[in-house]
Order: sequence, then structure tokens, then C-alpha cells
Amino acid sequence: MVAFSLPQNSKVDTGKAWPKPEGGSLREFRIYRWSPDDHQNPRIDTYHVDMKSCGPMVLDALIKIKNEQDATLTFRRSCREGICGSCAMNIDGTNTLACLKSIDDVKGPVKIYPLPHMPVVKDLVPDLTRFYAQHRSIEPWLKTSTPTPQAEWKQSRPDRAKLDGLYECILCACCSTSCPSYWWNGDRYLGPAVLLQAYRWLIDSRDEGTGERLDNLEDPFRLYRCHTIMNCAKACPKHLNPAKAIAEIKKMMVERRL
Amino acid sequence: MKTPLGMVRGLGSAKTGTEHWWLQRVTAIANIPLVLFLVVFILCHLGADRTALVASVKHPLIAIALIASFLSILWHMRLGMQVVIEDYVHGGWRIACLLGNAFFTIALGVAALYAILSMSFGA
Repeated sequence: MVAFSLPQNSKVDTGKAWPKPEGGSLREFRIYRWSPDDHQNPRIDTYHVDMKSCGPMVLDALIKIKNEQDATLTFRRSCREGICGSCAMNIDGTNTLACLKSIDDVKGPVKIYPLPHMPVVKDLVPDLTRFYAQHRSIEPWLKTSTPTPQAEWKQSRPDRAKLDGLYECILCACCSTSCPSYWWNGDRYLGPAVLLQAYRWLIDSRDEGTGERLDNLEDPFRLYRCHTIMNCAKACPKHLNPAKAIAEIKKMMVERRL
Repeated sequence: MKTPLGMVRGLGSAKTGTEHWWLQRVTAIANIPLVLFLVVFILCHLGADRTALVASVKHPLIAIALIASFLSILWHMRLGMQVVIEDYVHGGWRIACLLGNAFFTIALGVAALYAILSMSFGA
């Protein structure tokens, strides 16, 4: 739903300035804080981290803050090398993975918010339930009617190459939550990440459910809310291009009618 | 109490949308020569009185081009406005706005056709 101002209970207050640690090379971090337990509005807390004893990435600083200053700071992380997609958040105004974002690339205070326009579970943890359900809805698995072969489903090298730029998606949701169309109509628009995954199965030479998959996407909201805004391609920490995948789906839609 | 997947699947796919998307592009391409024609037509008649204008519109090619311009531009306008409404207007207002959009463009189109035809075939 379009909203030009935040609801009262989402207005962000100034939060606590945490005591500066010792050290000569301090960087300032302004981090969004919200807890479902204390019935308070969200706030921005300010922390300082000594870069001489901190790793280079934003995630390193978050872990250091949690370990040394504020154990209540809540965020998701797992692999810390850009493969799991857990630490997706809005850093310095762009959705990206905290583990791949260098602190040096940010000028001034490092501002960290949860992924935009998603319900917040706590602090930097968004609720991705609907995002995962949308992924489930495109049935992201091989669909065939031909009896399963004795060995494997064969695929030529050129056909396999068509999956490059698609299979690398780690479903971090950086792209979908950067998309204004997804903000306004996320209940019906599937969003760039899920549509890129849909295309990954549409273009798979082994899949026999192409027509059925297109039928399910043939919808003014599920697919056609994409207006090629391209925020998705800008945000993607894996340098994929969901907008191009969506354009390819639209071309398939036209191709089967002409 | 619907499950997340149940909510996402909702009422199912509308099985439409491609025609809208395709027609928006078709009318966009058609609008390139038609808008050029309109601009030239208007420039050629700057300062002209009604008699001179009606005389031009009596020419079948000009009347047909004018009719085609209005149909294509208004059609494109309706499709484009529909996208804006679907993006930004939610709830009951969405249907009201879509109806308003349809009636407004159709009324404009009918009025334009009547004006052109009456000039073209009128005394």
C-alpha cells in the first residue's frame, strides 16, 4: 500500500548514544533498533567502533558491537561470505549484504536499517514469511511428465549456459525489498527475486511445465507490476539482473500469443 | 487465518495482462508518426480561421489521420493511467478510479470523433 509518511508507531526516534570505546580510529555506526517487547517506537542508536581492532566489512563491525558493547543488538548472519544471504540489510541507503559491504566504501557515519517495507521482527531482522511463500508459489523445482530416465535428465552445454546469471541467486531479498512496485503491491506482485527464480525454471531446457508456469504468471499484478525501475539490478549483491529476467518472461508471454 | 502460501496464491492468476502490456507498446509505436502528424497539422494551422481548418479536415486523409491519432493517443493514455491507478490506488477507490479512467477516455474519444466527423462531413 502506498504511504507517503510512516504510521505513528513507526516514526523513528533518536536513540541512545553508546559510550565511545578506547582507540584512535573510531567509526560511527547509526543502527535502527526496535523491539516488539517494549511497546516503544523504533529508534536510531549510535555506536563507535575502533577500526584498528575490527574487520573490514559492516558485518564485522555489527558482530564486534554485539560482542563488546550491546549484546541485545539483533541481526541475522551465518556464512559471512556472501553465500547464505542472511545478513541482507539497508546500509548507507542501499540494500546489500553486510558481509560483502566494506566499511571503507561508506562516507561518514554508517547508517544501517532493516530491509525496507517489510514487517520487522526485531532490530535488523525483517519478517520474510511472505517472500518465502511467494518463492514457494512459483514451484521452484523441475516439473516433468516424461517418465524419469534411468540416468539423468540430459542438458546441452548451451542450454546449461542459459541458467548462468540466474542460479547464483541466494534469495537474500535485497532486490525485492528495493523495488517500489514491491513496496506498494507486495501482497500481489511477486517481486524481482521470485520472478528471476521463475525465469530460472522457465528457461530450463529439462522442464516440461513451461506453459503452466507462464499461465500462473499471466497476471497484471504477479508479473506486470514490474516497470523496469532497475533498483533490483542496482541492489543485487551478486550482480545479477532480475529486471532482465522479468523482461525475458514478458517476451515469452508475447511470443506464445503471436 | 490463511497460510502464507494460501494468501500468496490468493484468487489465482488473472490469465490476463499481456494484452495490456503489448497494446501499450503497439500504441506507443503508432503514436510516434501520429503525434508528429498532429504537431505538423497544428503548426500548419497556427492563426488559421475556422473555415480554413474545416477545409483541411474535409480532406479524407487528414480526417482519417486525425481520427487515428485520437484513438491511438487516448487508448495509450487509458492504458498508462490504468497502470498508475493499479500501482498507487488500493481498496474500493481502485475500481472507482478505473471506471473513471475508462469513462473519461471513452467520452473524450467519442467527442473527438464527433467533432472530426462533423467537420469532415458537415456543411
